[in-house]
Amino acid sequence: MITNLSRRKFLETSAAATGALVLGIHIPFTREAAAQSAATQEINAWVVVKPDDTIVIRIARSEMGQGSLTGLAQLVAEELECNWAKVTTEYPTPGQNLARNRVWGNFSTGGSRGIRDSQEYVRKGGATARMMLVQAAADTWKVPVGECTVANSVIAHTASGRTATYGSVAAVAAKLTPPAEVPLKDPKDWKLAGKRLARLDTIDKTTGAQIYGMDLKLPGMVNAAIKDCPVFGGKIKSVDSAAVMKRPGVKKVVRVGDSAVAVVADTWWHAKTALDALPIEWDNGPNATASSAKFAEVMKAGFDAKDAAVGNQVGDARAAIAAAARKIEAVYSYPHQNHATMEVMNATARWTPERCEVWTPTQNGEAALAAASEAAELPLAKCDVHKLLLGGGFGRRGAVHDWVRQVVAIAKEMPGTPVKLLWSREEDMLHGCYHPVTQCKLTAGLDASGNVTALHMRISGQSIVAGVFPQNIKDGKDPVVFQGLNPPGPEASIGYTFPALLIDHAMRNPSVPPGFWRGVNLNQNTIYLECFIDEIAHATGQDALAFRRKLMANHPKHLAVLNMAAEKGGWGTPAPKGVYRGLAQTMGFGSYVAACAEVSVGENGSLKVHRIVAATDPGHAVNPQQIEAQVEGSFAYGLSAALYGECTVKDGRIEQENFHAYRVLRMDEMPKVETIVMPSGGFWGGVGEPTIAVAAPAVLNAIFAATGKRIRDLPLKNHDLKA
Amino acid sequence: MATLNVNGKPYTFEAEPDTPLLWVLREQVGLTGTKYGCGVAQCGACTVHIDGVPTRSCVRPLSTVQATEKIVTIEGLSPSGSHPVQKAWVALDVPQCGFCQSGMIMAAAALLNDKPNPTDADIDAAMTNICRCGTYNRIRAAIKAAAKGGDTKSAGLSIQHTDGSVA
Repeated sequence: MITNLSRRKFLETSAAATGALVLGIHIPFTREAAAQSAATQEINAWVVVKPDDTIVIRIARSEMGQGSLTGLAQLVAEELECNWAKVTTEYPTPGQNLARNRVWGNFSTGGSRGIRDSQEYVRKGGATARMMLVQAAADTWKVPVGECTVANSVIAHTASGRTATYGSVAAVAAKLTPPAEVPLKDPKDWKLAGKRLARLDTIDKTTGAQIYGMDLKLPGMVNAAIKDCPVFGGKIKSVDSAAVMKRPGVKKVVRVGDSAVAVVADTWWHAKTALDALPIEWDNGPNATASSAKFAEVMKAGFDAKDAAVGNQVGDARAAIAAAARKIEAVYSYPHQNHATMEVMNATARWTPERCEVWTPTQNGEAALAAASEAAELPLAKCDVHKLLLGGGFGRRGAVHDWVRQVVAIAKEMPGTPVKLLWSREEDMLHGCYHPVTQCKLTAGLDASGNVTALHMRISGQSIVAGVFPQNIKDGKDPVVFQGLNPPGPEASIGYTFPALLIDHAMRNPSVPPGFWRGVNLNQNTIYLECFIDEIAHATGQDALAFRRKLMANHPKHLAVLNMAAEKGGWGTPAPKGVYRGLAQTMGFGSYVAACAEVSVGENGSLKVHRIVAATDPGHAVNPQQIEAQVEGSFAYGLSAALYGECTVKDGRIEQENFHAYRVLRMDEMPKVETIVMPSGGFWGGVGEPTIAVAAPAVLNAIFAATGKRIRDLPLKNHDLKA
Repeated sequence: MATLNVNGKPYTFEAEPDTPLLWVLREQVGLTGTKYGCGVAQCGACTVHIDGVPTRSCVRPLSTVQATEKIVTIEGLSPSGSHPVQKAWVALDVPQCGFCQSGMIMAAAALLNDKPNPTDADIDAAMTNICRCGTYNRIRAAIKAAAKGGDTKSAGLSIQHTDGSVA
């Protein structure tokens, strides 16, 4: 009757056994597979070898499309010297991680850290396992380990002509003491890492077999739909539950905290339609009159405020600007935006007084576990979270697990019954963790020859850290707010040298909850700086590339990607008729990126982004074809934001409730993207996010070239580009 | 009681006549490859074929679908993922998170059925589904590859597969 029955059965079985939820393209489905798993040998936390030489590589970070599941497996397999064709992956659960003294390290998957922050220990995991497997063969053969060679999961002793596969020595290897010294390969000797390998998780995504959180089925499961007060900070005044109890399939109406109400039914559609019919009266609370317009005024007032935290300072910029022969000034702003993952927030939970289990797509299994434990009022050891593949993350599913708290609260009302909570798209749009709003006033001082003597960037507006991790705010300063503007160093450093520089932030937090939104603060900061640099170049009659180069002499890595994007983008050569170019560069998440965009603006003001040439230096490139996919995807995300992305607040609530009001880029608007991956070695940078930041400024600078219009606040949909 | 013909098989079940086809497929028939993305026919994640026509099932009431109409979901597009579109998708590693791809593949399969050699403009017009990961350019390349009888090499992506092939 139902295809994919075996997989569903597996999920049900795994749920019943409370064991690890194994994910990957080769999922053990059957009793036969279960019997086989008994013979499976764990060499160490990262590597499991089966008798048939299947290699199971454990992945702690979450896969949400960014491809790091495959990249991390490549790094382990590279050191393991195993047969790539027999590699599968699985997620350990956060509960298992805690029980084993966090042997898998950090589960958090954000900040483009998946590979760069775990590459060393996962490579060591692979290398350690290889050394143990080879040692096991040498011990069995009673030959010196140094005489054994290994490749493709086969150990050989050439002198005696003997060979053994990993599967045949795994049981012996598993009993050995891990070596103390574990040298790693020089990346120049890589055979699997650095290659354009196909992802490990593609096939099921093309057949409908891939199980996302939304698709999970457990025996006896019921479905819940939820509505939280649309006004941030509001509460429930009253709910008339009786009005919907007789509707088809409805089982229960549950108040969740003091601000939300859920309907539980046999199917989600029954739950959702009953919720729509449920009479709810809200107490809109203290933010009932909040609006984006009012908050914009608050941010503007922050430009002259004394209470500003300093993020970067060189010399006395205020004095230099006061003494300058010429001043250039501009004010930019950036709106609230929703992550709008294609899969809306969801989770399934089963609670009993003894144990709570949650199945959910999450970017941070451990944070999800902590949220579940708190909501369940059970210790961590009595809870666990089974991670499911994410239908998009982009930062929404990492720091705040509001939906996990909700589902556990509902499940507590129905002990022993698995409850799946699925948000509607409207709920997802109204209760996001939004890209923060900021404004920026930039002032440059110039000498009589047009050289920049000083730059002051006063950022005013929202702090993500203050909203999500307030304990990390020290002396009123959110250090993350200065992404891309930091002093020279390995993380998010500014690519220009000015004789005097002041970058400071007046924190102004609205009632809209902020979150880490793919690209985070690099997004708006790169727009502010890269568009203003363009403004100075234009105001002083200089070529935008030549002007930048003068300021970038001390920043060779920033300059190298800019030069590459400019050269391959044809900067300085004639563009096709009616086509204009714009540049942008930045550094963040450990990587250096630049873009050259080509746009045209029609007589009616219609914008067409034709082509973008992008250069990325991530230090090391583990899978270049996936880096290209991330760079392309970054333009889709970044251009969606630049063209349409805006969540406005009126009467305390978000106005945009679905994709008709919150447009995103579609196929016909996607430019050609040419990606140059240029790893220069010596450092590890991320690739999931940095390129988003150059999408908007490269396009905005090209729009200026095309029209003479300087767009300083996004999205572009609010502007008329007609001549 | 309602009856639907899904992937060549008849299914009989209880559901209110105004239930969207999407939710019948997911909750009554039990086929979860078809996704809920927006509920208002904006994103296309719920795309299925009804008598070959790509249809956004999230706004299609059950009462408007006849038992004689042939519904095909992603699970029924081909046995074991062998449709040319699915093969091109795999060869070019199109999916990222993959959530939108069922709908994308169903839209692309319908397009190629209608226009075996689509132009870029045809692709733009037919492929209005939303992908937040930004797989649009690989989708375009995969549609063209499928149209060219599976010539994925012309996409120039040089992806190395475990069977030794390079797409």
